[in-house]
Amino acid sequence: MGPVTRFGRWIFAQVEHLGRLFVVLFATAYWFVRPPYRIRETFRQMQYVGVGSFLIISLTGTFTGMVLALQTFYAFVTFNAESLVGATVALSMTRELGPVLSGLMVTARAGSAMAANLGTMRVTEQIDALQTMAVDPIEYLFVPRITAALIMVPVLTVYFNFLGILGGYFVGVNYLGIPPGPFVTSIVNLTDYDDLTTGLIKSCFFGLILSFISCYKGYTAGEGAEGVGQATMQAVVLSAVLILVSDYFLTDWLF
Amino acid sequence: MIQVLDIHKQFGEQKVLDGVSLNIPRGEILVIIGGSGTGKTVLLKHLIGLLRPDKGHIFVEGVDICHLRSWELKETRKKFGMLFQGAALFDSLTVAENVAFPMREHTRFKEKEIMDRVQDHLADVGLYGIEDKHPSELSGGMRKRVGLARALALEPEIVLFDEPTTGLDPIMSDVINELILNTQRKLGITFFIISHDVKGAFKMAHRIAMLYQGRIVEEGTPEEIQSSGNPILQQFLTGSSDGPIQAG
Repeated sequence: MGPVTRFGRWIFAQVEHLGRLFVVLFATAYWFVRPPYRIRETFRQMQYVGVGSFLIISLTGTFTGMVLALQTFYAFVTFNAESLVGATVALSMTRELGPVLSGLMVTARAGSAMAANLGTMRVTEQIDALQTMAVDPIEYLFVPRITAALIMVPVLTVYFNFLGILGGYFVGVNYLGIPPGPFVTSIVNLTDYDDLTTGLIKSCFFGLILSFISCYKGYTAGEGAEGVGQATMQAVVLSAVLILVSDYFLTDWLF
Repeated sequence: MIQVLDIHKQFGEQKVLDGVSLNIPRGEILVIIGGSGTGKTVLLKHLIGLLRPDKGHIFVEGVDICHLRSWELKETRKKFGMLFQGAALFDSLTVAENVAFPMREHTRFKEKEIMDRVQDHLADVGLYGIEDKHPSELSGGMRKRVGLARALALEPEIVLFDEPTTGLDPIMSDVINELILNTQRKLGITFFIISHDVKGAFKMAHRIAMLYQGRIVEEGTPEEIQSSGNPILQQFLTGSSDGPIQAG
């Protein structure tokens, strides 16, 4: 097979992949608004995505706030602007670090599990079994997971922000000696609801991205353990990249 | 009940089905035999619309399923039950939840009636007291029997079997074959079985057909198949490496 033929076949394969992606995307959007609404399964997924991620979000949120306070203090102390550390930590957490890092942590934990779960179902013919029993796999598998991520990623983001600011306060006041009054006052004076809401809008988008990509990669996994492993890896990498890329465009749009 | 007319299917460069035609009358057990990789599972997946042929037609009760839209195909699929090669039980559900699944999806039975029916279906396949177990806790034979109970849950008109005895020891294979035979006699529904278990095929089938290189090379009653002079068929039945069928 010559290089031109190989290149042509590669183009066709990419177009086919893109076509399949859009077919699944439109089917997902269709089933989002059509019954049956699997309330119990959605709550089960919310427990897994949300409640199950509390520990990892607690650790990453707290330590992110702590290191941010530390780094900001060392930079601001040269300008006698230590009193602005509180506002800097709060603004950074609510606008950027909260939604992005929450999205990445949920991708690593729940997104990888979604891809592996659906990939295993694919290679053991459980997805075929759903279809033979006249149950649409998109409606049964995708919608509860995506709904769960859409609801819980913003909730986790709020929790991440709270712990990050608390961690920053702990380091700033107790370790770096910033007076508590100016620390808190700067947060109150320089942050407003828009900083929180724009971060939550971003987290909704990130929840949609990571859950859809993870479900799609698992749904289209290749054969065997190799196929499931590849699908899981691609789900995490692609979700992470799309979160970071979309973060730029969402920031540009929202601010 | 089902008519397969000249179906062709290709994956990339590989032609898997090359003009397959079959008639499956109501109430019959038809067994398709053939070596590994001859397209038996591909043929079976066409009957329930998991795959669509590149060319040809498949009529289920007079309706060509190759041109149905997805929601129309869903209604047709309710007439079918299917037992997959690995049983394809849902890992996250218990045995009872697996067997109850089709009833919860497609009927308005109350929960108590569903559970009563689950116990009846499990009893029909010789399983008792395992309702709360998960598929990972079951042996291969038990998983197949739960899979069969689930396939029969909606009292379908036709049941498809994808190599029901593959991976089982000879005794369990015969248990499954007996179960299939007794179930068909009791319910009178159509069974379409793909298998390379020749002994099981002769035990169960009303008719046997052999698939080789994407085509049906011989079809008939077990007696007709046994006495056929077709060299491809005879090599497969005797299990000889010497003959027109080349391994690999």
